[in-house]
Amino acid sequence: MTTRSALSVKNATKRFGGLIAVSGMSFEIAEHEVLGLIGPNGSGKTTMMNLISGALSISSGHIQLFGQNISGLSAHSISRQGVARTFQLVRMLNSMTVLQNVEAGGVFGHQRLWGPSLQFQAEEMLEKVGMTVDMDSPISALTYIDQKRVELARALMSNPRLLLLDEWLAGLNPSELQIGIDLINKLRLEGRTIIVVEHVMDAIRSLCDRCVVMNGGIKIAEGTPQEVLTDEEVIRAYLGGHDA
Amino acid sequence: MTRNEIRNFAITIVLFALAALVPFAGSGYWLSIGVTIATYMVLSTSWALFSGPTHYISLATGAFYGIGMFVVGGGIDFIPYWGLVAIAGVLGAILSALIGLATLRLSGVYFVIFTLGLAEFIRQIVTWVQTTMGSSSGLYVLTDITEPMIYWELLILGAFVYLLGWWINRSRLGFALRIIGNDEVVAVHSGINTAYAKIILFIVSGTVATLVGALLAPRLSYIESSIAFSPMLSFIVVITALLGGAQRLWGPIVGVIPFMLAWDFLTATFPNQTTLMLGICFLLIVYAIPNGFAGLIEKHIPQLRGRRS
Repeated sequence: MTTRSALSVKNATKRFGGLIAVSGMSFEIAEHEVLGLIGPNGSGKTTMMNLISGALSISSGHIQLFGQNISGLSAHSISRQGVARTFQLVRMLNSMTVLQNVEAGGVFGHQRLWGPSLQFQAEEMLEKVGMTVDMDSPISALTYIDQKRVELARALMSNPRLLLLDEWLAGLNPSELQIGIDLINKLRLEGRTIIVVEHVMDAIRSLCDRCVVMNGGIKIAEGTPQEVLTDEEVIRAYLGGHDA
Repeated sequence: MTRNEIRNFAITIVLFALAALVPFAGSGYWLSIGVTIATYMVLSTSWALFSGPTHYISLATGAFYGIGMFVVGGGIDFIPYWGLVAIAGVLGAILSALIGLATLRLSGVYFVIFTLGLAEFIRQIVTWVQTTMGSSSGLYVLTDITEPMIYWELLILGAFVYLLGWWINRSRLGFALRIIGNDEVVAVHSGINTAYAKIILFIVSGTVATLVGALLAPRLSYIESSIAFSPMLSFIVVITALLGGAQRLWGPIVGVIPFMLAWDFLTATFPNQTTLMLGICFLLIVYAIPNGFAGLIEKHIPQLRGRRS
C-alpha cells in the first residue's frame, strides 16, 4: 500500500451561529485506504462529510485532496476534482430511468463521458453493483437496496479519487446488509479510497483499515477498528460513563 | 438521428409550412388570431425551455416583452427597425443575465414573487423615464410592416426556438437541467455548475421574449406602458405552457392553440370578467390535467397502440 495522502483535513471547524458542529478536526487518509468515520448520533460525522464534499463551507481550517486545497471550492468544483458521495437519505432522480440516474454521475464530474461510451460505462457500473432490474425501469419500481445500488453506481460513474459513503448501509435488513458489505469490500479490493460513515459495527470491523471516532464535534480516538472499539473514551461516548 | 427523430422533424417542417400559409387565407380575423397564437407559441415554448426542466416559475416574461416594445418605440425615429430588434435582443440577453445572477439563488415561491415584482418595477421605471423626459405617456411606432410580415417573423423566430430547444434537449446542458429539476443537491454533487446552467436557459427565454416584444411593436402602432408591461401576458404564458405540458418541447404549442381560441371567445363573451375567467382556467388546468395535454397524450398513446396490436 502506498503512503501517498489522498485527503488531509487540518483543523477543520464548522460553526452554525453559536453552535460548533465540528471543531478542530484533523485526520489523513492514504490512497487506497478505507477510513471509518464513526461516533454517536449528532457527533458531527455528516457535517464533516458535508465539509469535504463542499455541501457546507468550512468556517476555518483546511482540506486538501492529493495535495490540492479544496476547502473553499464550490461543491461542483470539488466533485470535478474527484470527490463523489452518496447521501444519508437516498436521493434519486425520480423522473428519470435507472440508467439515466447512473449516467448522471458520469457527465459533469471528474470523468466526463457522453454518448455511447457513457451508456456503456453506466451499464457496466449497474452490473458491477449487482443490479438485475431492467435498466429502463422507472425509479419508483425499485426496492430500497436497489435504490442504494443505483446511488452507489452513480457515485462510481465519475471514477472518483475519493468516495464518501454516508451511512450507505443504514436501513438494510440482515441479508441485504451482507450484500452491501460485500459490495463495499469489492470496491476496497479494487483499491478505491473511501470514507464510510457507519453505525453498523460489523461493517466497520470487516471493511475499515482505520477509524476516526468523533464525539461532540471533536476527534476522540483514531486507530484500527480493534483499537478504537476497545478505547475507554469511545465506549464512554457510546454507552455513557461508569457512573451512569 | 434515429428514425423517430427524422419523422418528428419532417412533421414539424410540414406543420410550420402549413402555418405559414395562414395569411393567404384572406381572412383578417384568422390572421389576427394567428399572430396572437404565434406570439404565445414563441413565448410559451421559450418559457418552458427554462421553467419546464428546472420548475422555476418565472413571471418576468411581460417585463422582457415590454422592454422589447419600448426599445422599438423609443428608437424608431432614429435607428432603422431591424437595428432596434437587434438592440432589443442584446438588451434582453444582458438584462436576463443580470436578473439570473441576482435571483436564481432564490428558490420556489420567492423566485416567482421576485420575477412578478420585477416586471412591475421595470414598468414603473419606464413610466417615470417617459413622464420626466418625454412629453406624452405613449410612443408611436409607425412603420410599413404589415400584419402578415409580423406573423412570418414570429413563425421564423418560433422555428428557431424549436431548433434550439431540440438541440438543448439532446445536449449535456439539457441533461444537466433535467437533473437539476429532479434534485439540485444531486446535480451539484455530480459536478454540475447549476447557476451557470440555469442562467444560460434564463437568458435564452428572456432574449426571446424581448425579441417578441420588438417584433410586435409595429402591430400596436401606439405603445403605452400599461399595455406593453401587462402582467396578464406573463400569466397567460405560464397557463398555456402548463396546459400543454412544460415537460415536452412540443407541449406549449398544444396548449396555446386551444387556449387562445377559447380565450378569444371568452373575452368577446364576458368582456368584464376576463381576469375571473383566467383564474378559473388556471384552477381547472391544475386540478384536471397537472401534466398538461402532452402528459395526457403520452399517457394514452401506449394504450391506443396496445389496443391496436
